[in-house]
Amino acid sequence: MAPKLADYKTDVHNDWCPGCGDFGIVNALQMALFEMGIERDKATIFSGIGCSGKTSHFINTYGVHTLHGRVLTFAQGGKLANPDMTVVAVGGDGDGLGIGAGHFVAAGRRNIDMTYIIFDNGVYGLTKGQASPTLKLGEKTKSLPSPNTNSNVNPIGLAVASGFTFVARGYSYDVRHLKDLIVKAVKHKGLAFLDVLQPCPTYNDINTRDWYTGADLANDSMERHSRIYKLEDTDFDPTVNYAGETEVNEKLSQALVKSLEWGDKIPTGVFYQNELVSPFSTRITDKIPNYLENPPAKQIISDDGLPNTDISKILDSLDV
Amino acid sequence: MSSTDFTWLIGGPQGSGVESGANIFSKVCAEMGYQIFGKREFYSNIKGEHSYFTVRISDENIHSNVNAVNLMVSFDAETIFRHFDEIVSDGGIIYDSELENVTTDRVNTLDSPFKDRLHEFLESKNKPFTIAGVLEVAKENGVKLYPVSFKSLLQTLSEEVDNPRLRGLVRMYNVLGVSLSLGLIKMPSTSLVDSIDNIFSKKPKIAEINKQAANFSYNYASNNFENFNHVLTGIEKQPDTILVQGHFGTSLGKMVSGCRFQSYYPITPASDESVYLESNEILEIENNRPGSTIVIQTEDEISAIGMMIGAALTGTRSSTSTSGPGFALMTEALGWAGINEVPVVITLYQRSGPSTGLPTRHGQDDLLFTVFAGCGDFPKIVYASGDIEESFYDTGNCFNYSDKYQIPVIHMMDKFLSSSVVTCKKFNPKKISIDRGKLLDKVEGEYKRFAFTDDGISPRSKLGMDNGVFWNTGDESDEYGHITEDPQIRMKMMDKRMSRLDLALESIPLDQQAVSFEVHDYTIISWGSTKGPIIDAQSMLKKEGIDIGFVQIKLIHPFPTEYVKSLLKDAKVLIDIEANYSGQFGKIFKQNITREIDYHILKYTGRGMTSTEIYDSLKKIIENKAEKREILSHGA
Repeated sequence: MAPKLADYKTDVHNDWCPGCGDFGIVNALQMALFEMGIERDKATIFSGIGCSGKTSHFINTYGVHTLHGRVLTFAQGGKLANPDMTVVAVGGDGDGLGIGAGHFVAAGRRNIDMTYIIFDNGVYGLTKGQASPTLKLGEKTKSLPSPNTNSNVNPIGLAVASGFTFVARGYSYDVRHLKDLIVKAVKHKGLAFLDVLQPCPTYNDINTRDWYTGADLANDSMERHSRIYKLEDTDFDPTVNYAGETEVNEKLSQALVKSLEWGDKIPTGVFYQNELVSPFSTRITDKIPNYLENPPAKQIISDDGLPNTDISKILDSLDV
Repeated sequence: MSSTDFTWLIGGPQGSGVESGANIFSKVCAEMGYQIFGKREFYSNIKGEHSYFTVRISDENIHSNVNAVNLMVSFDAETIFRHFDEIVSDGGIIYDSELENVTTDRVNTLDSPFKDRLHEFLESKNKPFTIAGVLEVAKENGVKLYPVSFKSLLQTLSEEVDNPRLRGLVRMYNVLGVSLSLGLIKMPSTSLVDSIDNIFSKKPKIAEINKQAANFSYNYASNNFENFNHVLTGIEKQPDTILVQGHFGTSLGKMVSGCRFQSYYPITPASDESVYLESNEILEIENNRPGSTIVIQTEDEISAIGMMIGAALTGTRSSTSTSGPGFALMTEALGWAGINEVPVVITLYQRSGPSTGLPTRHGQDDLLFTVFAGCGDFPKIVYASGDIEESFYDTGNCFNYSDKYQIPVIHMMDKFLSSSVVTCKKFNPKKISIDRGKLLDKVEGEYKRFAFTDDGISPRSKLGMDNGVFWNTGDESDEYGHITEDPQIRMKMMDKRMSRLDLALESIPLDQQAVSFEVHDYTIISWGSTKGPIIDAQSMLKKEGIDIGFVQIKLIHPFPTEYVKSLLKDAKVLIDIEANYSGQFGKIFKQNITREIDYHILKYTGRGMTSTEIYDSLKKIIENKAEKREILSHGA
């Protein structure tokens, strides 16, 4: 029987703050899995530590709630050993771009076929609101003793520079659009990165829901002045169509330039996509031709309790 | 005494082919039926610093180096300066006669503490600070000198075979040295050419000129060197013997045990294992399509352990290999594997710490750290192998422990083992069994990954398996794997996890926990790679009619208290032997067995123990002349 949307939800009590942007992301993720018809037992959600880390417990697929900053390492190991499984890794911006930044860059270089979603809210929520890597220099959110003394990381720019082959941004209160982006990311052949702007109603009193929807920009006529707009509504083309260096460089540069846009206009949608870069599985099958048919998780290693691996050729070469 | 017990030393700057020279020499001697124990010492350096290799050759089974060197061959000055005093009185030195006038100041890799000691010594002997000076000392000690100009040898050879390219090919000095040595000791040269082919199998042209040089210098030594006291003409081969390098035991053990995923970050002396696994990544499987090991070089050791755990959750036997500094980075995730009951094997090739310490030197100083690694209380197994042959079978056992008890296993190895080259009995893969414990093939009905059971072990599903959905978390969890902070569940989960330490002690066969090599009034307790030199020292003493016991403890955590106690009940004097400063194993022993240790024999120079030094200290203990802490220091 085909799964229903409700089948992707667990009955674990959700203890996120009322109004938290994380709800939109978990809903979008469940909707995306449902829409793609991915069986519950054929997907694993890996999560980091923090509020966003609890995501895996709310989704009724395999769920691996890992360590702070290390979610990509667990997720890549799982996907490499069992490439048939759909893998989505999630975590906060402190998790992925602070303590885990090294893994973020290294993952880009590998281009393993999976999706990484960052819940980007500019603060460390679960430890009571310290500045996180995406908070801008000089900004002072509610619980900071003094304005932020660090410049921010540009998640989109870093992903593009690190080699992610699908780079997009979503907004957690536009659940339908976010769901569409997740579907695209999961279907993408290679490593997909999704930066999700996610207001923290408790600790980030700057980038609030009202701020994103542009309440402060609205004039007397109450016209909509949302800061968020969609790249697909413009003539922006993120896709690399030929493997030529010129086109790749152009698309990379335009993604980087676009990622710098912030303030009154904040782009969402796909910034960059390049499926012409070999996914890591292809790099393995170049060396191990039957990797995908016989990956580590599927290999039979014993016969009636005894090993079936034949190392006699190696042993014979050591004979004296 | 055995009729043959001969030690050969070759030295030279790093990158000059000392290791391949030693490999050729070892292979030739092994082919002639001898037992080999070879050992490499090197600096943390790519090119230029001093490295050397000692190869001990015997017609009996040997497990260690000795202090005495019978023949040294050197094509550089530093080797002579550093090792001339290790050659025994009827031994010999083959050296490049062009070096005779080289002064200590000309060798810029001689560090000043060493140079100061050498100068002081030469002054006391009234000798100049030159190669000629130190060789005079050797000669006065009864060492025979065999000078030969390596340059002229190549010159003559190039004329003879009409190949001017050979002239000045200093890269071949190692092969010249090896062949001169073999010619001097009259080792039949039949396998010399084959060994060179074997070592240079990927470079046939280089193999060809090396073979010419080998034959030429072998004949040169036979015809021109005056007779030497040691002649090794070969003995009957022992059947089923292989010549292996240090990391082969765990690498081949992993292949056979079905380890199909290994992640690692480069670190000495552990990376050789991972590189070897990748070099042999496609595996032959009986009656089936080829298998493979996915070997991933990660961005750091944190990623290495994270990937390994991720892979293990899919039901794949997974592993990583590292050394102390890398293991230090892994400890947070080790606890995650502990609380989530994930079977993984970490092969820990120790080196000398703390911090970077002596990165290419030996030490057993990570034991306490390993036993206590990770925050919080969680079960793990710490298991130590005593030699290379053992490490093959132990690797199989480690994977079985991890699967049966759903627990991380740390398999302790070290630099002493990793840089040894030894002959041993051919590994028998069919002596390894594969027991995956409660790993499920299918799930029916409701599934709880951490279900409470009578034996504390829950049936294990794997990521991607039909109907087997579960959750993991580094938080305390309920039976499904969802976060809980309930005090009662917490207590039950803690009890469940920790209970497997008792289960392991009850069900791991005793002969895998500890091994008794006889128990006498004086009995040694030890762990890991000290086994070889201890066994050899033990038999040296036995030949003098002195019986010393030895109990090797392999399962170090959980500690087999009752079993070890029973093994040692007749021992009156306990002697702890290990390669670290504080007697770390001794501390664990005393923590578990309330009994004093009478003596510690310790070494922390970064060099492995020789059987000679252990023998000397044991002798002092028996004669009641020993310190409570006997500190060993042999080795350059």
